[in-house]
Amino acid sequence: MEDKVIIRTKNVNFFYGGFKALTDISMDFQSRHVTALIGPSGCGKSTLLRLLNRMNDLIDGTRVEGQVLFEGVDIYDPKVDPVDIRRRIGMVFQKPNPFPKSIFNNITYGPKLAGMTRRSDLEELTEWSLKQAVLWDEVKDILGQSAMMLSGGQQQRLCIARALAMKPDVLLMDEPTSALDPISTAKIEELIQDLKKQYTIIIVTHNMQQAARVSDKTGFFYLGKLIEYDETETIFTRPHVRQTEDYITGRFG
Amino acid sequence: MTRTFKEQIIKRVFFLFACVSVLILGLIVAFLFREGLPIFGIVSVREFLFGHEWYPTFDPPSFGIWPLIVGSFIVTFFATLIAVPLGVLSAIYISEIAPPAIKEIAKPVIELLAGLPSVVLGFFGMVVLAPWLQDTFDLPTGLNIVNASIMLALMAIPTISSISEDALYSVPREFKEASYALGATTSETILRVIVPSALSGISTAVILGMARAIGETMVVLMVAGGAAAVPESLFDSVRPMPASIAAEMGEAPFRSDHYHALFATGIVLFFLTLAFNLVADYISHKFKEVGSGTL
Repeated sequence: MEDKVIIRTKNVNFFYGGFKALTDISMDFQSRHVTALIGPSGCGKSTLLRLLNRMNDLIDGTRVEGQVLFEGVDIYDPKVDPVDIRRRIGMVFQKPNPFPKSIFNNITYGPKLAGMTRRSDLEELTEWSLKQAVLWDEVKDILGQSAMMLSGGQQQRLCIARALAMKPDVLLMDEPTSALDPISTAKIEELIQDLKKQYTIIIVTHNMQQAARVSDKTGFFYLGKLIEYDETETIFTRPHVRQTEDYITGRFG
Repeated sequence: MTRTFKEQIIKRVFFLFACVSVLILGLIVAFLFREGLPIFGIVSVREFLFGHEWYPTFDPPSFGIWPLIVGSFIVTFFATLIAVPLGVLSAIYISEIAPPAIKEIAKPVIELLAGLPSVVLGFFGMVVLAPWLQDTFDLPTGLNIVNASIMLALMAIPTISSISEDALYSVPREFKEASYALGATTSETILRVIVPSALSGISTAVILGMARAIGETMVVLMVAGGAAAVPESLFDSVRPMPASIAAEMGEAPFRSDHYHALFATGIVLFFLTLAFNLVADYISHKFKEVGSGTL
């Protein structure tokens, strides 16, 4: 079970209109591991992340070639409903984006849409997800208040809790700490370590120390290509490709 | 000439230009009050506002504008009833659903509707809609509340639609993405995230649309029928305040009681539109804090 592959991309190309953003990406993501995607801005790592739960569908004029297999099923098959995919593959964004609703309604937004209606179930789920995101103690008395009143770090943990409330299999994180201060960042990193026991986490980060601290495997992207993909330790101590070494040692990027 | 001196002059010039419009507005209001207030030496404010009889040229005349106020409100109400769903739903369609090609056509067309001279709309109401209403419902006249409401709705739709669309457009993309990422469909996202977030802007749009309808003159002058009586049915004719002013001002002798009464009607109208604008302003400020995550 340890090394089970949950998501596999096969020769994926991705286009924004005429611009080719990803070239021939073949990658395996292991279940209950943290995989970090690193690389300079515009290298396609966020694009790849958003491809995995079909968020790129929302942008006009994009096109995917190749296959993205989630538990063996190609999620770009016309028979697959992106809504089902997004319920099982959650996402946390770069900028904390709670809805301008109460904390409780933020957490229960997804589950309600998925058909959960009993108040007691929703309350239980809220407590469970907030505890998972280590936010429960801070907000348990103010669940009815607007999520906008929380600090940035709290908002981001709320967004993680909101994603977890869907009980997804995979959690995609797009630079989840880039807008946060170091203390909030440390909390989120700690949380990622906890969560990987139950979830598969794929994280895009600009922060190389962060990739080194939290991930098991790391993929380095450059100009839309996967340059090197290996155990995080290998990538950061003895990378095989010159470009990777240059990037992680700060010689470019 | 030194640079700072130039800057000073430029600043002053712009300040003067900005003052002009404020000054003109002030003068108009002062004039409106000067010409309107004398009527209250003849009738009390109560009689004027709630009197049921508007016979300004009779002897003795009666200056009760209640039928005109009712006329204004009733056509505005029904116009709003028609225009809000059409305006708001078309805004939602254009901003959230329409493919770019349709959006590029629909948006300017709706805005073009706003540029249509009101006399053209009035003409259309008179020549096309009125005979049709008359024949279809077997009425004595097609110039009535229904006709005026429909025409006013056509005038209010572009206001409501374009302001609502701006409000919907300014809902942060992050909210939409968050919603989709949680497995919401497009309609769920629109209904539960986008519209609630844009609600203050949409409310403002509705109120400004109403203000447009209540102040509109030409259309109601042409198609409301002009009967200064409290209506009993939707197919009755009415005489909204602006229509009354426009129709009678030419006939009223300068500074006669009738003339003052018309100006006083103008004051009432002024306060109504002011109230609409204040409410719109209040709503748009009250819910302004709805933003994306602040750090």
